[in-house]
Amino acid sequence: MEIVSEIGGSTLNGLSYIGSLASLGARAAYYTLVAPFQGKPLRIQRAISQAMDTGVRALPILSLITFFIGLILALQAAYELRKFGAISAVATAVAVTMSRELGPLITAIVVIGRSGSAFAAELGTMKVSEEIDALETMAISPIRFLVAPKFLAMMVMLPCLTVWANAMGILGGSLFGVAQADFSFGGYVRASVESLFLRDITTGLIKSVMFGITITAVGCLEGLSTGGGAEQVGRSTTRAVVMSIFLVVVVDLFFTALFFFAGNR
Amino acid sequence: MTTDQLLPGGQPEPVISLRNLRVSYGDREILHGISFDVLQGETLVILGGSGSGKSTLLRTLVGLEKPSAGQIFIKGRDLAKTSAAEMDEIRRKMGMSFQGGALFGSMTVGENVALPLREHTRLEDSTIEIILRLKLQQVGLEGFEYYAPSQLSGGMKKRAAVARALAMDPEILFFDEPSAGLDPIIAAGIDELILELKRAFRMTIIVVTHELASAFLIADRMLLIDKGRIVAIGTTDEIRSSAQPRVRQFLDRVAEPEISGEMDYLQMLTAERPRAQSTAGKRG
Repeated sequence: MEIVSEIGGSTLNGLSYIGSLASLGARAAYYTLVAPFQGKPLRIQRAISQAMDTGVRALPILSLITFFIGLILALQAAYELRKFGAISAVATAVAVTMSRELGPLITAIVVIGRSGSAFAAELGTMKVSEEIDALETMAISPIRFLVAPKFLAMMVMLPCLTVWANAMGILGGSLFGVAQADFSFGGYVRASVESLFLRDITTGLIKSVMFGITITAVGCLEGLSTGGGAEQVGRSTTRAVVMSIFLVVVVDLFFTALFFFAGNR
Repeated sequence: MTTDQLLPGGQPEPVISLRNLRVSYGDREILHGISFDVLQGETLVILGGSGSGKSTLLRTLVGLEKPSAGQIFIKGRDLAKTSAAEMDEIRRKMGMSFQGGALFGSMTVGENVALPLREHTRLEDSTIEIILRLKLQQVGLEGFEYYAPSQLSGGMKKRAAVARALAMDPEILFFDEPSAGLDPIIAAGIDELILELKRAFRMTIIVVTHELASAFLIADRMLLIDKGRIVAIGTTDEIRSSAQPRVRQFLDRVAEPEISGEMDYLQMLTAERPRAQSTAGKRG
């Protein structure tokens, strides 16, 4: 009996968490996409500086990581392909894997580490120092004032970063292609581009937008639900990172399955 | 309805009325049925010890906590029956100064004070600038608009927070522990500021505090709350001369009676002795 109630309890908790995420996401989406046309302007300035933070400043580390991932992918693919004498298929393998799966996923994970955690810490600190309460007593919606600019920045920047990550991955793969598989650099890039269908890229980008929404919602929800005290801010930040990684993988699975079954028809 | 309208009894209409207000966090009820009125232009000080529910009461008044039962009327409107837009409108008539100031760390003092004006009005930047100067002058912070909140001392932060609360010319002003964490001289300065606001603008002011000296200085009426219930409410003189044991205990700063009988006292003494001796022995 206890096990049943335990399972029931955690299922309910999980569902209510998803519910709060959805409600926060919906309100953020309202203030980002609808309210600006009803005379409640978005803080564009804030969104731009947020985009600089989440997007542009992530480029160096993201480039390095995805370059290595591309190289690793090429090595791993070549290990198998070599047996069939199909080492020239490395370009295709890297390009497709990067743009369909690893580009969006690695980008999301880097952004979780840099920005998802920062959102939770920023909003958590503001919650603890009563700044969120102060906004509410001034009749300023914290969702509109704080969450919406982050939301907009992430929805725009994650796809951009993903495209960049794909390119860097292909570049990383080309290092192997040129050194070991008799490709010229131009030939490798051409082979990569030719192997990609537009759909490979768009599905990756759709996923990355969904990741951006998930990361913002989790980071902000954890921040806003911080309890009293400084150590709670640390706890929220940790939870934000762990939950974001988990939920990004779940969202990834959902959309990959969706594209798979939709593509079969 | 205007605020100056008199009720049949000749009393001014209450700005805030609470009727049997109950507030709970989860299963735990913090406030067990609170009812009182706050009249136009008066300063009501809510006194109470730690954990008495006074902060929860204040948070409920400004709409940060939802009552589990009972009603709050602000200027005759039932808060439970207002839409989000109406609630925002009510909030624009209220200013709140938080305990730690709650200034936004990412903005300058000036931006903090100007924020409600920028968000809720369509005033020109130059007009906002003038209002900003005026508000800072009122709280004695002229010339500090370009400072970051982190560069201000505790007392200055509170003053800046008051300036922000005053930005929209509120009709009701709330203070959460205005003198907490300040040295006596700075705290007296904040009291002086509250008195000035009261004199100059005839604002309705509600202050939550546990500082007795400051409470008696600024209050027109006082309300003592303990364990989520109102113990006493009345003018400062009424409270000062009250014979109610709980009021006396609070005013005379008597510690919570933990020792109930002679036996307990003896036990405390005997339990203390060996420890005192052993530490003395170690030192020797």
